[in-house]
Amino acid sequence: MTIALTVNDKAVSVTAEPDTPLLWVLREHLKLTGTKFGCGSGLCGACTVHVDGRAVRSCQIAVSQVQDKKVTTIEGLSPSSSHPLQKAWIAEQVPQCGYCQSGQIMQAAELLAGTKTPTREQIVAHMDGNICRCGTYPRIVRAIERAAREA
Amino acid sequence: MTTHIERASHATDVSRRGFVKGAAGLTFAFSLSGSLVGKLGEALAADGAKLNAWVTIGTDNTITILCPMAEMGQGVLTSLPLILAEELDADWSKVKADFAPPNPKVYGNPHELFKGAQITAASVSVPGYFMPLRMAGAQARKVLIDNVAKQWNVPAEELTTEPSVVVHAKSGRRISYGDIAKFATVADEPPKVTEAELKTPSRFRLIGRKEIGRVDVPSKVNGTARYGIDVQVPDMIYASVLEAPMDGAKVEVLNMADVTAIKGVTKVLPLPFGVAVLGDSVEATRAGRNALKVKWDTSGAAAKAFDSEKSKEEYARQGQDANAKAMDAYKVGDASAALGGAAKIVEATYWSEHCYHAQMEPMNCVAKVAEDGQSAEIWTGSQFNALAAVVIAGVLKTTPDKIKVNSQLLGGGYGRRIWPDAAVQATIISNIVKKPVKLMLTREDDLAAARPRPMTHHVLKAGLDAKGDLVGWYHRLVSENVDAVASPPRFQATGGKDYIGWRGLDQAFYAIPHVLAEAVRETRGMRVHAWRGIGSGYNKFAAESFLDEVAHAKGADPLAIRLELTKDKPRANAVIKAVAEMSEWTRKRAGHALGLAFADYHDTLSAGVAEVSVDRDSGKIKIHNYWIAVDPGLVIQPDNVHAQLESAVIYGLSAALLEQLTVKDGAVQQSNFNDYPVLRMSDVPQIHTRIITTDNPPTGMGEIGVVTVAPAIANAMFQLTGKRLRHLPMSPERVKKALA
Repeated sequence: MTIALTVNDKAVSVTAEPDTPLLWVLREHLKLTGTKFGCGSGLCGACTVHVDGRAVRSCQIAVSQVQDKKVTTIEGLSPSSSHPLQKAWIAEQVPQCGYCQSGQIMQAAELLAGTKTPTREQIVAHMDGNICRCGTYPRIVRAIERAAREA
Repeated sequence: MTTHIERASHATDVSRRGFVKGAAGLTFAFSLSGSLVGKLGEALAADGAKLNAWVTIGTDNTITILCPMAEMGQGVLTSLPLILAEELDADWSKVKADFAPPNPKVYGNPHELFKGAQITAASVSVPGYFMPLRMAGAQARKVLIDNVAKQWNVPAEELTTEPSVVVHAKSGRRISYGDIAKFATVADEPPKVTEAELKTPSRFRLIGRKEIGRVDVPSKVNGTARYGIDVQVPDMIYASVLEAPMDGAKVEVLNMADVTAIKGVTKVLPLPFGVAVLGDSVEATRAGRNALKVKWDTSGAAAKAFDSEKSKEEYARQGQDANAKAMDAYKVGDASAALGGAAKIVEATYWSEHCYHAQMEPMNCVAKVAEDGQSAEIWTGSQFNALAAVVIAGVLKTTPDKIKVNSQLLGGGYGRRIWPDAAVQATIISNIVKKPVKLMLTREDDLAAARPRPMTHHVLKAGLDAKGDLVGWYHRLVSENVDAVASPPRFQATGGKDYIGWRGLDQAFYAIPHVLAEAVRETRGMRVHAWRGIGSGYNKFAAESFLDEVAHAKGADPLAIRLELTKDKPRANAVIKAVAEMSEWTRKRAGHALGLAFADYHDTLSAGVAEVSVDRDSGKIKIHNYWIAVDPGLVIQPDNVHAQLESAVIYGLSAALLEQLTVKDGAVQQSNFNDYPVLRMSDVPQIHTRIITTDNPPTGMGEIGVVTVAPAIANAMFQLTGKRLRHLPMSPERVKKALA
């Protein structure tokens, strides 16, 4: 069936089964490949996007559930890669393989949207569902603190 | 496996580079490891000069430098081009780094470990390419200078360079590299360069600068970085493969009709490696894969009887059996005589479990086989593209030059992306359906198809003389042979040695007069593989933990014994001293304790200290601080060295505390991150890194940080509790048992 949705402030429509995970609609139908597949079970956070401003695991939500909602992916976080977190991620040289980082940034963006200057404990609690196998965790913390400082 | 070319000394490399004047500017092609000009010629002829270009100076001043190695987060896409740019005296802001195609004749790593193979592994990219790339950069610079000298009719000796500009100070004239590229020609006999003409480190403009970031980082914060899994090509179909539980398992019964009935599924193919579900969309193939019900016939599978728990009894027996077939891995003096004559013997046994790479990007590949099945193009992230080309050529019964490999970024490698299994599977499927195929494994299948670090058993003995001096050391490793599975040609060539699995059995930095390390091979049919830190990960766990047992037996401090044993190895001694100072080794912490370990890895030296506490009810170890000092010789990118250390320490912590892949009837028992947990942010300690910079040649940084972590924790736990933890991972269950 044809499903209409709003992704990164653009109205788009896709032909897909209603139970298709949003992840695959974004990646394969809409070619927004910044959102990554990691586990398919909501365990790693690589596929994190925003739905109406809330961080969700796009592998765990059906496309039909977001029809009337605003979906934001890493590609839509800022028009020129200038979100404070993106700048901080570069300043702290966070990514290594980089595969999980879109999800990390989207997860962190939700935190900063609600908590301007999170404590280290708040950062860890908020980010603990996102795995980084390269172990960039210390730099992720530093980058979130920097973004909070410089935003 | 791949084309191996003899290693040549750097001094003679110079004369056999070729230079090509291209339309877009001046292109330099050269061979780092070929032994003849003719070989370079052949390589150029095979792929065309442009493909073999290492450096292209555009008339717009852009300088494109190719990187022959895979980028998997270790930073090589920056560090290798940077080394060449340094001697070329290039303006780094105008340099573009791009991937070189697989062509070992031109791009192979001249490091003695790989002898010209184009494989990204073992932390030897910078060590292997450092000097050749500097020579190449210097030679390209000389070509530019010679051209300007001729054009301006001035002696070349009067010309100098500033970043991307040739300067004639006498007349005040300056010309950019891009402008030189407009008229430059290259002599048939390229100018000679000697090592003496290279920059001294004090003249480096790029190497060693903290503020130079990695070139791939900006693309990794906005979703534009392209990995293998992101590739789409016209007319492609999707494939998901339910991976066979082990090599040699065959489909016996399959519910084909249930799966083909699923909307969007176009084909279900039972294949030697699993069951492929093909379809129009990824979601259809996923649904089809999840609906599969397969009964496997494992009667012909080598691993069918392997049970990682039950087999431990046999491993232990092999550890003790004097008649077991053991191969020497490292030998100094006569260890058995030394142990025989010792006044005191210390003995212990150690274990480590299989570990899964858990790279965040599950294995995948896009393959497009030609209609006639005689050539193919693939898109994938691989540590060994050249091997992928050879193996795929074998599958299609064609030659490697007919296989075009498009290198993508790797969403984690750690050794998992050496073997091109996903590429082979995608190729086989594409060859059947004659369409481009995008194969993506589920996480569950990535785990089922794991190529893990082997399960290992260790028997250690040490002899102390009447004065309490350590006079003899014995280490027996019982394990699958990793080379036999992962590098069969080397396994054959060395008469059965295991370069990967035996790493770390040596005691090259400790003054122990008599040492014997030997290995007994288990053959259980497991697809064991290189895993970050390779053998050092478990061999140093056993050896460095056991050294603490020796220290305890002779009443010595763990720091003092290591300083004493390394007193004639100043670089090793220095990293140990450094980490002791960083961690304030002698300062007591209430309820916490410190543990120390030293390790080398391919000539890089490091020492680590862990500060731990334990929850005795749950058995959970908490790491509060981890200090690590490292000597990697000359440092190319200091910030990246710190980043690699942090990364490897966390990888090591995860393995030390959590990771355990178990096998029953030959099949992996874990399925996803729920039952194969890896370290998360809440368990990360404060990590304190220190680089001891020396002018020694650069050595690798990608893996060394893994190695000290497990023994440092085990040693700290002994200080804290008086109990030894001799089995990795040091999981809560094992800790509780040890403390009971």
